[in-house]
Amino acid sequence: MGEVKVIGASLSSFCCRIEWALKLKGVEYEYIEEDLRNKSPILLQYNPVHKKIPVLVHNGKPVAESLVILEYIDETWQENPLLPKDPLEKSTARFWARFVDEKCILSAWDACRAEEHEKERAVESAQESLGIIDKLIEGKKFFGGETIGFLDLVVGSLPNWLKFLEELGGIKLVDAEKFPSFHEWSKKFVEIPFIKEKIPMPDDLINYFTTSGLAKTIRGSALANNK
Amino acid sequence: MADELVLLDFWPSMFGMRVRIALAEKGIEYEYKEEDLRNKSPLLLEMNPIHKKIPVLIHNGKPVCESLIIVQYIDEVWRDRSPLLPTDPYQRAHARFWADYVDKKVYEVSRKIWTTKGEEKEAGKKEFFEIFKTLEGELGDKPYFGGETFGFVDLSLIPFYSWFHAIETFGEFNIEAECPKIVAWAKRCLQIETVAKTLPDQKKVYEFVGQMRKRFGLE
Repeated sequence: MGEVKVIGASLSSFCCRIEWALKLKGVEYEYIEEDLRNKSPILLQYNPVHKKIPVLVHNGKPVAESLVILEYIDETWQENPLLPKDPLEKSTARFWARFVDEKCILSAWDACRAEEHEKERAVESAQESLGIIDKLIEGKKFFGGETIGFLDLVVGSLPNWLKFLEELGGIKLVDAEKFPSFHEWSKKFVEIPFIKEKIPMPDDLINYFTTSGLAKTIRGSALANNK
Repeated sequence: MADELVLLDFWPSMFGMRVRIALAEKGIEYEYKEEDLRNKSPLLLEMNPIHKKIPVLIHNGKPVCESLIIVQYIDEVWRDRSPLLPTDPYQRAHARFWADYVDKKVYEVSRKIWTTKGEEKEAGKKEFFEIFKTLEGELGDKPYFGGETFGFVDLSLIPFYSWFHAIETFGEFNIEAECPKIVAWAKRCLQIETVAKTLPDQKKVYEFVGQMRKRFGLE
């Protein structure tokens, strides 16, 4: 059904969602890795507004913003639907996807970057968001129910990113006792073959941040302070 | 079975206005409940426990939150009339991208202008023009962002027009002078009955913002 390209960065939690969605639907695509410190003319041409990855290019036409791309993929290729058909269930999935992107990821970063005197409160706030996610997956195989769905792809890279942020910030965010359902789902999800094929790994993230000097720019960073 | 619809809202909220326009476009009857945001109702806290924000649409007792999610929900449930989004997946993605742009950029920059002073305010104004110039670029020569007809992106942006008088007065600048295309587009949208009936009077919004500024110690 046409020519598909994904412009991405292998350490980005937003990009892997797109590749997982395409793989789940059996769509062949060409992957183009971007160097975010030296953005290519192609990226600037296909996403002039935000100049960010991921960008999906389908028959020469670009789609940007990961959640917009996921819905486009779901509407274009019918196999293994990501979103439920029911409008209320669909709205709920969209709501939680935004929550993950706007609260979970950001609060985890804030906890990582927080100065000593703010750290405890920042960690509590991040854990509050994780607690909500934990409740969502309680008693379910996947966020999508019996099969992998939209929200599984959105949350998918969070476990590894949290491990990375824990090490970077010298903090503990994920607690198997506090968040047993999330912990269970995380363990199984990252081992699924097509997910495992393309998932940001904590060690690679640490490497990238230390070698690029970005770790030093993060206040409260355990790595920067050699803890 | 008759549908029971309740909208929890706050009259000057641009986000609430989006939902009101969508419901009006579809000709749907509903009960409007005004929230006092300094004293949120138990119903709001029950229906949106995560964010505790308006708007919330309660359909047969079940809540839908986040304005653009609500608008899409309305479009999907009442899909037999006045479509708000295109049917083609690429055009839908395009509309969602730009509505998301409005969400990410316009509210924050507008707020920056009426809640800050001095250098911060000047920076806010510069950013405001950059954002609206980008939107003017996207609009191009089309009558609406949706093309020939009022659509999802138009609906997501037009409520901010009711705040323009307040923003330009407190920001001390003239929006029409810098962004004539956007103002022309807005006036075109105001010709649409559902939009004209939904948007509050700009003066009323201005007075409301003035009161907020006093409360923040800006006046």
